Amino acid sequence: MNIDQIQDSIIEEFELFEQWFDKYEYLIDLGKNLPVIDDAYKTDDNLIRGCQSRVWLHAEMNNGTVQFTADSDAVITRGIIALLIRVLAGQKPGDIANAQLYFIDAIGLREHLSSTRANGLVSMVNTLQSIGRDFSRAH
Amino acid sequence: MRAQFPLLSRRVHAQPLVYLDNGATAQKPQRVIDAIESYYRERNANIHRGAHHLSQEATTAYEAARETVRAHLNAAHAHEMLFTSGTTAAINTVASAWGGANLNAGDEVIVSTMEHHSNIVPWQLVAEQRGASVKELRISRGGELRMEELDAMLSERVKMVALTHVSNVLGTVNPARDIIERAHAHGALVLLDGAQAAPHLRIDVRALDVDFYAFSGHKVFGPTGVGVLYGKEKLLDAMPPYQGGGEMIERVTFARTTFAALPHKFEAGTPNIVGGIGLGVALDWLAQLDAEALAAHEKDLLDYATAKLNAIDGVTIFGEAAHKACVLSFLLAGTHPFDVGAILDQLGIAVRTGHHCAQPLMEFYDTPGMVRASFALYNNRADVDALVAGVERAASMLV
Repeated sequence: MNIDQIQDSIIEEFELFEQWFDKYEYLIDLGKNLPVIDDAYKTDDNLIRGCQSRVWLHAEMNNGTVQFTADSDAVITRGIIALLIRVLAGQKPGDIANAQLYFIDAIGLREHLSSTRANGLVSMVNTLQSIGRDFSRAH
Repeated sequence: MRAQFPLLSRRVHAQPLVYLDNGATAQKPQRVIDAIESYYRERNANIHRGAHHLSQEATTAYEAARETVRAHLNAAHAHEMLFTSGTTAAINTVASAWGGANLNAGDEVIVSTMEHHSNIVPWQLVAEQRGASVKELRISRGGELRMEELDAMLSERVKMVALTHVSNVLGTVNPARDIIERAHAHGALVLLDGAQAAPHLRIDVRALDVDFYAFSGHKVFGPTGVGVLYGKEKLLDAMPPYQGGGEMIERVTFARTTFAALPHKFEAGTPNIVGGIGLGVALDWLAQLDAEALAAHEKDLLDYATAKLNAIDGVTIFGEAAHKACVLSFLLAGTHPFDVGAILDQLGIAVRTGHHCAQPLMEFYDTPGMVRASFALYNNRADVDALVAGVERAASMLV
């Protein structure tokens, strides 16, 4: 699936949830099931700046697509980064850099985060997309 | 009581609001809201300068508010009450103006582990400039100042002891009178950060014999953007101005400028006029309440909430001082404070999560943050019950 197809399927999934609690439960589940980042990559260099909880992100190229692993000490944050990775992982770096991530507003994610967390979300998106830019320049 | 606070009746995420973030800011009674509105409708004019009637009315109201603040703190003179933008600006005024003139190489300023950043960083800035140093008075695990260490730290090098009156995280009410006596005995001045004390305690600056006292309007049910710096007259008189501008001068020439008398010397520019007036109304409102009954109510809430939260599996409360204000900071084992805060928010419960602008304290307890429920006089046992149910729900989802 391309990035927009994945976004559309996430939007469809979230339409099934009636209450925001259910969406949080889903994010928490995603967070708990996020493949754990290799400890070697949990370095200060891999910390995303601008997040109040700590978020580590590691990216590497694999056959022309970008693979991400991540972790956070807060489980909802881990769920959010897991959702972003689900959309962007396995895609070409140029596509990641140029993606319009409309699903974030469509599922109401931003409005249900505290302002500090919403800022953290912006930082995560910026970091993921700048990795896409860096890789597309390098490869 | 709650009916006087219009905001408390609103809903958040389709749930009735349970407001437990009073340590960050308190809600405003109708009387304060009315005063702000009526100022802009009927009285708005610049103060201390207009020859016209409106300016006179605004000036009278603003100066009446200063007198209210004086009475509230039982200070000797209204001109010892400087209006600032808040506690942070008040502490910066002392650090910069007093510290800049009085701290010298080798001098020391004592602050404690439990300080808010706004009572650490201003001192670090001035200490850096003057070659002085900032020393940490440590606390016990239970969250009380190690008073025995204070005695050992006090020497002729110590020029200032700058401590919080009540901890914004732990709720600890520090033994202000005792600290001041010990500091004065060694020739050091004392500044108390009263941001968290002013909403909970009656403050008497003369009984305390405190040299500087700072607090914010918005935490005592007044408007944001206004606060107070109390300073003893002789200290304020001897201090150079902090900021230059209009209102604070006596006469300006390019050769030499002379400064206005207190309090105007420290109030450059057009002040937050409506803020000062609103703060006066808030303090008047507070003063007509039964202080003893309020203290008993807050004590009951604290004891009730402490017992209920402690009964939840995995909850650890930080701050076990014998004398404690109605503030409860805690962690739920196996969870991050942000996650607990996010779930409480979905339930309409407003708490603060994070480092609470007290990173040295977070480091002391070795945690990136805590969840803080901070209560005000309008909170009740039902709010505590909602909090407890919320934390239990968070535990079931997160752990």
